[in-house]
Amino acid sequence: MHDLNVVDLSRLQFALTALYHYLFVPLTLGLSMLLAAMETVYVVTRKPIYRQMTQFWGKLFLINFALGVATGLTMEFEFGTNWSFYSSFVGDIFGAPLAIEGLMAFFMESTFVGLMAFGWERLRPGQHLAVTYLVALGSNLSALWILVANAFMQSPVGAHFNPATMRMELSSLPALIFNHDAQAKFVHTSIAGFVTAAIFVTGVSAFYLLRKRHVDLARRSFRMAALFGVLATIGVITLGDALGFVGAQAQPTKLAAMEALWTTEKAPMPFNLVAFPSQSEQTNHGTLQVPYALSLLVTHSLDGSVPGVDQLEKDAVRRIHDGIPAVTALKTLSANPSDATALQQFKAHEKDLGYGFLLERYAPDVTQATPAQVNQAARDTIPAVAPVFWSFRVMVAMGLAMLAFFVMAVIYTMRNNVQDKRWFLKLAVWMIPVPFLANEAGWLVAELGRQPWTVYEMLPTWMSASTHSLGYMIFSITGFVLLYTVFIVVEMYLMVRAIRTGPGTSPGFGEDARLNPAPEA
Amino acid sequence: MDLYAALQITWWLLLGVLLIGLATMVGMDMGVGTILRYVGRTDLQRRVALNTIGPHWDGNQVWFVLGGGAVFAAFPLIYATAFSGFYVVMLLLLWSMIMRPLGFEYRSKMSSRAWRETWDWALFVSGFVPMVVFGAAFGNLFLGAPFHFEWNLTSVYTGSFLSLLNPFAILCGLLSVSLSAFMGASMLMLRAEGAIHQRARTLARGASILAVVLFAIGGVWVRSLRGFVLTAAPAPGTAQTPLQQSVDVASGAWLHNFIGHPLLWLVPVLGFAGMLGGHLAATRGRSLWAWWLGATAWAGVIGTAGVALFPFLLPSSAVPAQSLTVWNASSSQMTLSWMLGFALVFVPLIIWYTSWAFYVMRGTVRGEHVASDEHAY
Ligand code: HDD
Ligand code: HEM
Ligand code: HEM
Repeated sequence: MHDLNVVDLSRLQFALTALYHYLFVPLTLGLSMLLAAMETVYVVTRKPIYRQMTQFWGKLFLINFALGVATGLTMEFEFGTNWSFYSSFVGDIFGAPLAIEGLMAFFMESTFVGLMAFGWERLRPGQHLAVTYLVALGSNLSALWILVANAFMQSPVGAHFNPATMRMELSSLPALIFNHDAQAKFVHTSIAGFVTAAIFVTGVSAFYLLRKRHVDLARRSFRMAALFGVLATIGVITLGDALGFVGAQAQPTKLAAMEALWTTEKAPMPFNLVAFPSQSEQTNHGTLQVPYALSLLVTHSLDGSVPGVDQLEKDAVRRIHDGIPAVTALKTLSANPSDATALQQFKAHEKDLGYGFLLERYAPDVTQATPAQVNQAARDTIPAVAPVFWSFRVMVAMGLAMLAFFVMAVIYTMRNNVQDKRWFLKLAVWMIPVPFLANEAGWLVAELGRQPWTVYEMLPTWMSASTHSLGYMIFSITGFVLLYTVFIVVEMYLMVRAIRTGPGTSPGFGEDARLNPAPEA
Repeated sequence: MDLYAALQITWWLLLGVLLIGLATMVGMDMGVGTILRYVGRTDLQRRVALNTIGPHWDGNQVWFVLGGGAVFAAFPLIYATAFSGFYVVMLLLLWSMIMRPLGFEYRSKMSSRAWRETWDWALFVSGFVPMVVFGAAFGNLFLGAPFHFEWNLTSVYTGSFLSLLNPFAILCGLLSVSLSAFMGASMLMLRAEGAIHQRARTLARGASILAVVLFAIGGVWVRSLRGFVLTAAPAPGTAQTPLQQSVDVASGAWLHNFIGHPLLWLVPVLGFAGMLGGHLAATRGRSLWAWWLGATAWAGVIGTAGVALFPFLLPSSAVPAQSLTVWNASSSQMTLSWMLGFALVFVPLIIWYTSWAFYVMRGTVRGEHVASDEHAY
């Protein structure tokens, strides 16, 4: 049986390590693309400034990349170390994209990143350009595969439960890969990475323009990034809308939380621009609404409607009752896999097995469950509304703000007077953290909104964790916090130092003469 | 034998290939980290040593990542049970490992002596600790781990962290460290010159002899260990859980496979041959030979462990009947087939472009280059 404190701590640890990993990921995804673009200009025009740009931004890229790799390493094993039941229950499906990611993406990105850094003198310009493209391709392919894996958790397709092995198994790899949720997630997420890199490059370039240093490099970088950024932001918003559309079908409980929809309303539904949701009262305080907008947004029509919390909880009660015989049959099958009646009973109720598991949390013997326990389990199916609601609004607001910013940036840079707009350059520097926050907020929507499931409607979070002791979890969380804090301090320090040093030479380069007074014979 | 069982065996072999790739490539880089402070006495020498593997360590490390992913995809129950059971050890492994990327990338970005010394120690820890854990994990497979399953296959681990640090496991850990130091040293012989080359050579000669001794002691020791024997289970290639078998435990049982199929003795012989040949090659200064013979030694050692344990992957010392085997811990036939397809396409491709990367960066790394190249570590 699971200690629920351990489950909560496992969630905390996963959230901390994943959100931390995701501080570095978006910049890798986007900056690799921008590097490829800059180097393309270099190879086509042979202007040395573009080579210098590629090398300078490449240096910053590598400082960020190192931490992306380091923190990704722990993630790769964290499903096994901390979500062991999850890993054995869906590993047959979920492991495949992770392994393919290694084979197809990580090897490519990591092998060529070495050549990208060290190969400037050894490769012909065309060859080096190809290497840079392969790094960009590798990073974005890695995003594709991890998001295929994640999309399975959000919208499990291409899989079935096999009572002979007591786990879920793959029925179709193409169905897994072409999951609508995976497609929408991939495009939205990797383009969000492009936005991040565009803001980063405009921000750092603005810093140089403000100080009138490296002006040529900064102006060219600013212009490329602004154009890249405006397109990417439009893309992120369009595809965010598509993601909401796909998500509304696949995960009605998440949608209800995102929009704080407590009661089912008739179309056309209004959109809650601002609200203060209360989970215990199941209602909103202080709402500010836009009429008709929700129907338009999530169903792309005026007469579409989606279920609210009241309706969703009713559905859950029904499915929990149906899940009870599924769990009892499975227990019999575990002891005796050839029991034909149990198998038949299981088949009849299979689709609600996950809801049976949800009840097991409150009633370890599900056949003895009281109506109160069933209601408790049904309440669980609604995620924490306020954080999901607000994270979503933070992300969207930041997306719109960045769009406005980029539109202005493009206008100024095309008129060639951005260097004179000191307030705008200052704003550009202050924009640097915004996309990082938007990315984190996006993941909070996606993952908090998935609760209480690790695999939507199949496997509840409370069962998924490893059966560690409390002491182990405290030990590991403490270790991660200490180590990761040191890491980020070091990384930020080096990043700022490299930015201050500017293009030309690496920080530290040429300074170590005094460390090596006389060469050894 | 039906298709499913054949796939299970194929994936068992592929897992071996992966582990050998991991041990050779990541082990080499970690070996360089472990011996860095010994072979490099000045800062410049250390930078030269790091730059011999500078363009490659990241790509090499993916063998480790892929190892995790492949176990997840092909043997999910192993991924789930082993990594959660060995929790504290896994964390030590991961925490020490994640210092490496930063060690490489950040060490030479500042010229303060204290800064660089700190990263040199970090590189030592992140080379030494993971290789001890890697070897010790194999050692513990021979002893079995104290876990059992609940009715729905939730795994419960009942042992303590300290029980994993037993003498046999430590012996295996040291064997792994010495092979990794050997690989690192032979890489340095290959791509560095002068004092670094000389010290690396001395070290390679010592490490290979140490490995021979440890491997031999391990071989003798295994005879007295309690081995596991599968006495009844659903046939290979049937869908099953680990709750449906019976297992006997008997002294010396880990040698049964060798006794039943004497040709298998060639596998440990290959290990010894690699180590002794590696020693000779290092003595004669044949660096490339030393490297390849070191890889052969790894193949022999990992192969020996695999063959001895077969069909077991992770025996349970708490409830031996619930031990994990190739037959009950693998993925479904469909997943194994798809993954085999991907492996057949991508592994050759990976080997091809990795070789190209080594070819592009070939040649000796010299102090002048490192000091005058602003991209160097
Ligand atoms: C949308 C993109 C994305 C997401 C959601 C994740 N990652 Fe990540 N990961 C990347 C995108 C990425 C990347 C862009 O490819 C990285 C980041 C920085 C880098 O260097 O590569 C990377 C690095 C990276 C590495 C190191 C690879 C190497 O050695 O080169 C591993 C093992 C993982 N990740 C594993 C994971 C796992 C198990 C995740 C799920 C919890 C995860 N990542 C989420
Ligand atoms: C790197 C980007 C990601 C971020 C920032 C992120 C964020 C989060 C957060 C905040 C949680 C905690 C939710 C909670 O339990 O309250 C969580 C949980 C979890 N996420 Fe993600 N996630 C990311 C990627 C992924 C991916 C790609 C996967 C799967 C491949 C994944 C699988 C999980 C699992 C297994 C849990 C633990 C179970 C749970 O609590 O739901 N995450 N993640
Ligand atoms: C302004 C319009 C935007 C809309 C309408 C939008 C929409 C969405 C939606 C609906 C989700 C939840 C997906 C799910 O169902 O799980 C999501 C997730 C996410 N968003 Fe956005 N988003 C917008 C802007 C942004 C911006 C500007 C960024 C970052 C620069 C961003 C980054 C993310 C990330 C990283 C995730 C989590 C991964 C995923 O689920 O794909 N989004 N977004």
